[in-house]
Amino acid sequence: MPLNNDFDVIIIGGGITGAGTARDCAMRGLKVLLVERHDIATGATGRNHGLLHSGARYAVKDSESAEECIRENKILRSIAAACVEDTGGLFITLPEDEDAGFGLDYQKKFIEACIKAGIEARAISPAEARAMEPSVNPSLIGAVVVPDGSVDPFRLCAANVTDAAMHGAKILSYTEFLDFIREGDTILGVRVLDTRTGQKAEYRAPVTVNAAGIWGHGIAEKAGVHIGMYPAKGALLVFGHRVNNVVINRCRKSADGDILVPGDSVTVIGTTSTKVPFEECDNMEVTPDEVRLLLREGCALCPALADTRILRAYAGVRPLVADDSDPTGRSISRGIVCLDHETRDGVKGFVSITGGKLMTYRLMAELATDAVCRKLAVHKRCQTAETPLPGSADGRIETVSKHFEGIATLGQKGAAGRQGDLAGKIRFDSEEDKQLVCECEQVTLGEIKYAVAELGVHSLSDLRRRTRVGMGTCQGTLCIRKAAKALAIALGDPSLEGKLAADYLDERWKGMRPVGWGDTLREMEFMQRVYKYEKPYSYDEV
Amino acid sequence: MQERNISASNFEQCQKCSICETVCPVMANNPAYGGPKKSGPDGERYRLKNGIFFDDSLKYCLNCKRCEVACPSGVKIADLIQRARIDYGTHSPKLRDMMLASTDQMGPLAGAFAPIVNYSLSLKPVKGLLDATLGIDKRRTMPKYSSETFVHWFKKNAAAGQDDFKKHISYFHGCYANYNYPALGKDFVAVMNAFGYGVHLMDERCCGVAKIANGMIPAATRDAKINLEAFRKSLSKGREIVTVSTTCTMTLIEEYPELLKVDNSDVKEHISLVEQFLYKAIASGEVKPVWKKDWKAKAAYHCPCHQERLGLGIFTTELLKMIPGMELTELESNCCGIAGTYGFKKENFKVSQMIGRPLFDSIAAAAPEFVACECETCKWQIEMSTGVPVKNPVSIIADALDLEKTSELNCG
Repeated sequence: MPLNNDFDVIIIGGGITGAGTARDCAMRGLKVLLVERHDIATGATGRNHGLLHSGARYAVKDSESAEECIRENKILRSIAAACVEDTGGLFITLPEDEDAGFGLDYQKKFIEACIKAGIEARAISPAEARAMEPSVNPSLIGAVVVPDGSVDPFRLCAANVTDAAMHGAKILSYTEFLDFIREGDTILGVRVLDTRTGQKAEYRAPVTVNAAGIWGHGIAEKAGVHIGMYPAKGALLVFGHRVNNVVINRCRKSADGDILVPGDSVTVIGTTSTKVPFEECDNMEVTPDEVRLLLREGCALCPALADTRILRAYAGVRPLVADDSDPTGRSISRGIVCLDHETRDGVKGFVSITGGKLMTYRLMAELATDAVCRKLAVHKRCQTAETPLPGSADGRIETVSKHFEGIATLGQKGAAGRQGDLAGKIRFDSEEDKQLVCECEQVTLGEIKYAVAELGVHSLSDLRRRTRVGMGTCQGTLCIRKAAKALAIALGDPSLEGKLAADYLDERWKGMRPVGWGDTLREMEFMQRVYKYEKPYSYDEV
Repeated sequence: MQERNISASNFEQCQKCSICETVCPVMANNPAYGGPKKSGPDGERYRLKNGIFFDDSLKYCLNCKRCEVACPSGVKIADLIQRARIDYGTHSPKLRDMMLASTDQMGPLAGAFAPIVNYSLSLKPVKGLLDATLGIDKRRTMPKYSSETFVHWFKKNAAAGQDDFKKHISYFHGCYANYNYPALGKDFVAVMNAFGYGVHLMDERCCGVAKIANGMIPAATRDAKINLEAFRKSLSKGREIVTVSTTCTMTLIEEYPELLKVDNSDVKEHISLVEQFLYKAIASGEVKPVWKKDWKAKAAYHCPCHQERLGLGIFTTELLKMIPGMELTELESNCCGIAGTYGFKKENFKVSQMIGRPLFDSIAAAAPEFVACECETCKWQIEMSTGVPVKNPVSIIADALDLEKTSELNCG
């Protein structure tokens, strides 16, 4: 086994928390290794609304979270312009909320709490709300405007990883944590498995950070420490196009299915909240009851959802953490949990960063990096709140599109919207490079080549997370052979094409199955006809 | 869980099967055009995200609606494209576009000086000037204007006796029959009168198709509302509305609600193309034709794209086949390439002719005495490109009918 002891810090987990921590550590001059067993953003990071919370949702009940959210909201708008969209948000009150005790009196309390937390919130009339967002339930009796937005978690995670790498971090995806290297009460490093080659390796560093979301529970156990975590499943539905252009929330106590977010070319409704066993975390299935509930609540926000095609359903697992201060373990902290296991459990060289939410990833990373720096006696200031992420110097499609020669094509504008100013690095040398591979999502061959070369892509799902390839209404039916061919060639093994495509279609199929009726069912039938290897029947039989 | 998942904008049903791309006549001939799928449902998703995804190449769509006929999922692709041009297009119409589109304003103006206008429009230097200054292609034969409009003729010669009939219809003549080809209107009146129908005109405006195609939406909407009011008035007197132009008919029935968002649900069932109206009347025994004994013709029928979109071509062919001396070839379905004002524009001339090529070839192979076709702009294109004359089915019926005997049989 090769022995590597070149790192200052090893981070386990390539979700947004791990990626953010890798970036912060690297920017403070540490030698960083990040290990992730799949691709980046495959856990809860890539399985949520993509809501850029204003914090209003937490204002009444948890003013600390609300203040955190609005601070990070403002920071993300300035450092991650290419990943966020300023859609604005509405909190609407419906006639039935009045009966449930969340009428206009509650709205008043809500606005006061928002303002106290530093969130700009103002009431508008139902008519103004309908004009601002025509798809909103027209029977609303009140609305509050807040600075919500949408954020693309894939892009945000990729930008953090890219920046970490630009600052010298080593990023190993498809590298699974197996065990700690331990001497007495000190963690010296990790043993890992390259899941693609089957090779094992050891890496050593004075500090290891556990940033593995819900899987951090099991990782901590391997270090002999216990973090009381609760996996809380949240299911969501993706609609075929943008039904709304403003985030719509219900102005009431937080409940299931009461946030509707326009994200890129689609609209997402969510979520549910169900406690699930740890064994299920690796394979989340969305149940018919969850779909029914989301659809019902979604239609209350936006009646058009009743007859809008649903592309797919997915679910993620929130890493909820029991409050350390409560010995019964019953009360749950929704906030950020940063644990130095030396002071807490007597295990040296080990830090866990968990809890929190996508919105506060940067703050979580800052806290974790502060803890790492304390251990290493490094005195460097955190700069992640001021330094824009790669691609985010300018987030506007209009200006980014000017990087291209001539009038930007739809595919080039699409790339500008996804890659931000890094889109200027995409080569459109030939007409072929300008051709669309994925027509639903306007993804060119040039962008695919760029993603494979620069963004650490090993499978079509990885490519999807970087470019949206196959995320549109046909769910890959028409583009996936083209994309698979391009990827297989770029990976240097054209024979991989069939396997890459089949793996991807299996993954698409999983998300379509829970909503397999109407036009989505037709699409599934069509997909099957196109891709089934055996002919469905021979012409002689007919 | 959902009773139906067809949204108002209706592009959801697109399965990306791409059949529309195989029937699009522009896509095959103009690489600058993305095709119906990309310009329609695919583009719409991104336009909903950000208007910057509106693509100027949508102007190459000639709105033949063949994609809509072919779509197995019922997506109104061409409407999505036209609607996007209305909602996101930033160019205001050029002078040329306004002139081509304002058939109802240019008509009276040109008609007043018809001999001079027609002569001038056939002169090479004038065509060159139009080409250079306005971008109207010089290779194009311009439609002729008539010195006496159909409406003027009707009031002077036909209006008086119409109340004497037992049955009555209202005639939506359209701009073409009025300004360019009054003979068609006269044939219509002769045929309807022979079958015992009194013909009445309404306070009609241009249907608006050319204005819609050239982005003059407020003007088109204003005219649509006036037309629908006229139809309602006519229906209150028990008079159905009968039309002669395919595209006017499609505009009145389909485009008013889809593109102009003007509700016509109370009247659209009462608008019929004359061929549809006559076929039904004859087939049901309501009226009886008497054909000329010695009438003979060898014709080829070209079904205009919009006729196909309306699903009405069958009425024309069945009607023409009723004529004993008719030898009719039904041409394979192809777009002629002109698409109203589209083919007149300099930038579209070449593509327009390339699109029409398969049709021109099939006409040459059929070698008919004339082509039967309901559409006036198809007529210009086919006559210019093949030299074969094109007759409107109403004019063919007027010629083949023994008008006197038909009248005796139906008006007694």
